[in-house]
Amino acid sequence: MNEVFLIVVLLVDSTLRVAAPLVLAALGGLFAERSGVVDIGLEGKMLAAAFAAAAAAAVTGSAWIGLGAAIVVSVLLALLHGYACITHAGNQVVSGMALNIVVAGLTVIIGGAWFQRGGQTPQLTGEARFAPIDLPLAVALENVPIIGSLYSEIISGHNILVYIAAIAVPLAGWLIYRTRFGLRLRAVGENPAAVDTAGLSVSALRYQALMIGGVLCGLSGAYLSIAHNAAFIRDMSAGKGYLALAALIFGKWRPVPTLIACLLFAFADAIQVRLQGTALPLIGVIPVQFIQVLPYVLTVLLLAGFVGRAVAPKAIGIPYVKER
Amino acid sequence: MSTSPADQASPAWVGNAVLPLLNLAAAFAVSAIVIWLLGADPAEALHLLIIGAFGNSESIGYTLYYTTTFIFTGLSVAIAFHAGLFNIGAEGQAYIGGLGVGLLCLGLGGLPFILVVPLAILAAAAFGAGWAYIPAWLQAKRGSHIVITTIMFNFIASAVMTYLLVNVMIKPGQQSPETREFETSAWLPLAHEVFGALGIELGRSPLNLSFVWALICCVAFWVYVWHTRWGYRLRALGLNEHAAVYGGVAPARTIILAMSISGALAGFVALNEIMGVQHRLLLNFTGGAGFVGIAVALMGRNHPVGIVLAALLFGALYQGGSEVSFEMPALTREMIVAIQGFIILMCGAFENLFRRRLLALFRPRAAMAPG
Repeated sequence: MNEVFLIVVLLVDSTLRVAAPLVLAALGGLFAERSGVVDIGLEGKMLAAAFAAAAAAAVTGSAWIGLGAAIVVSVLLALLHGYACITHAGNQVVSGMALNIVVAGLTVIIGGAWFQRGGQTPQLTGEARFAPIDLPLAVALENVPIIGSLYSEIISGHNILVYIAAIAVPLAGWLIYRTRFGLRLRAVGENPAAVDTAGLSVSALRYQALMIGGVLCGLSGAYLSIAHNAAFIRDMSAGKGYLALAALIFGKWRPVPTLIACLLFAFADAIQVRLQGTALPLIGVIPVQFIQVLPYVLTVLLLAGFVGRAVAPKAIGIPYVKER
Repeated sequence: MSTSPADQASPAWVGNAVLPLLNLAAAFAVSAIVIWLLGADPAEALHLLIIGAFGNSESIGYTLYYTTTFIFTGLSVAIAFHAGLFNIGAEGQAYIGGLGVGLLCLGLGGLPFILVVPLAILAAAAFGAGWAYIPAWLQAKRGSHIVITTIMFNFIASAVMTYLLVNVMIKPGQQSPETREFETSAWLPLAHEVFGALGIELGRSPLNLSFVWALICCVAFWVYVWHTRWGYRLRALGLNEHAAVYGGVAPARTIILAMSISGALAGFVALNEIMGVQHRLLLNFTGGAGFVGIAVALMGRNHPVGIVLAALLFGALYQGGSEVSFEMPALTREMIVAIQGFIILMCGAFENLFRRRLLALFRPRAAMAPG
């Protein structure tokens, strides 16, 4: 009993660690897509931010400066995406794809030229990383049965970005559903012409949404390189941006369901690491690839309406051109 | 905002040739700045690149070998573009096409060459098309967005192939996940062997018969898209779905057909890589070619002539790029990836950046008259 409980606690713990960057990136995508701009560039923004964070932290020795650099780089990429898609009415998918590819190349080249380690950044230690935070009483409660380990393992002991991710979800929900900005944001993704008629700038709203998305992707990328790991390695986002995109769609472009999708995908990942090679009763060994592929298959099924229905913002992917 | 009046008033070659070249020049300018910032000399890099790509018959062979793959993926993305669909899944379709070719060559590789080749073409086409069929069907019948489904299908293809190669198709008693080697009757003849037999000496390169098939596909593509009723329907759908439906085009059937052809073309990558070079099925033999196809199609304006030229450019970049990184260590192979990204950015996302000003420049005076 005790052993099972411990396994569950550890599983939940690693689920949270895997989910944090997904949640941040998926929320970033949520703002962009709710405003009507397709954001398949989540992957690129994450990767660029991860590199910027690790590089800046390695040079300055400060994780906070690293985080700042990550956000700046990610927002700049978001603005470039906006300049192509909003200002010049370019194809949003093409632009996102292009940014992903540019970043995949540039991070390795710049990293290689800068640190001479084949695209890797130096190992970060001490202040250059976001260390786990022990919440008050975590140590004291550690030995209390059940509640103690729940508190000290699951709730306490994460780095600050995990807590930011946790706060970001209700914050995003509030911003989107309870504020004037959120109402306009949703409107501009559904019917930009109406927003325009009301005398608001469609472009300005979409740029704002992309910038919020940039900040969140910056946090997500920084998590990878200066919190969860202690250096940037090439292609370290490894498809997490696309997984976040899948979670966003699986969450039907809404904050709380998106969070649940991220947790589900992360839990699948934690289980897969746990189960590697272990034979289950009745089922036998489940191939790793089977679990890895689950999020993508589920998303396809959901999009096709076989499990629930995901309806995208109506104006998504269509550049808004003012009538003349 | 971008197209209508200005486009019609200026000569066609401005939009079809000058504009893409201008966008390409912009992409190269950005790349040159990056190279310069890295402390390398862009002019020297370009010089090395050209020598590395076209310096002798061996390097030309390598360039054309890469070109072959990029023609297939470029055509694949382009035919979907003509139907108004964005196929990001060429990568996965090519990968699954490899499964078809691999299974066929492992099973029937002992047959005479003259039988294996057409069967392999069919297998590549069938598996590639099959993998594209599902997203196409989901888009046509269930309304799920093809961009997202094809992205997901790339990941699914990758997992399926890893599973099959690691657990099922691996050559027994071997560590690396590869199948056994095919019988030699399932190997495509290499260009230097063929020309060598004719008494013309060429450097050794992986260029093989599939290059000819790529060119045949280009001609077939041109005939199909511009000179058949199916091609007409496809373009009508891509230009204006409402008008196409009003004109009697069945959108679902057209979408599925266009995507199936797209998948089949992507599947042909396996002919070059698997039958031409590797002679066995292995992990990640596509190496991002599906994404290069997006750049090739955008740059080539979805026309076979443009696609061949764009594929040649990328072939030269890939081949010449490895020479450059040999001489200039700061410019690793990833520089090519970045340049590819810049090209997609400038030719695709920023295609409207210069359009209006350029077209206005070439507009006849009469058309300009009333503001």
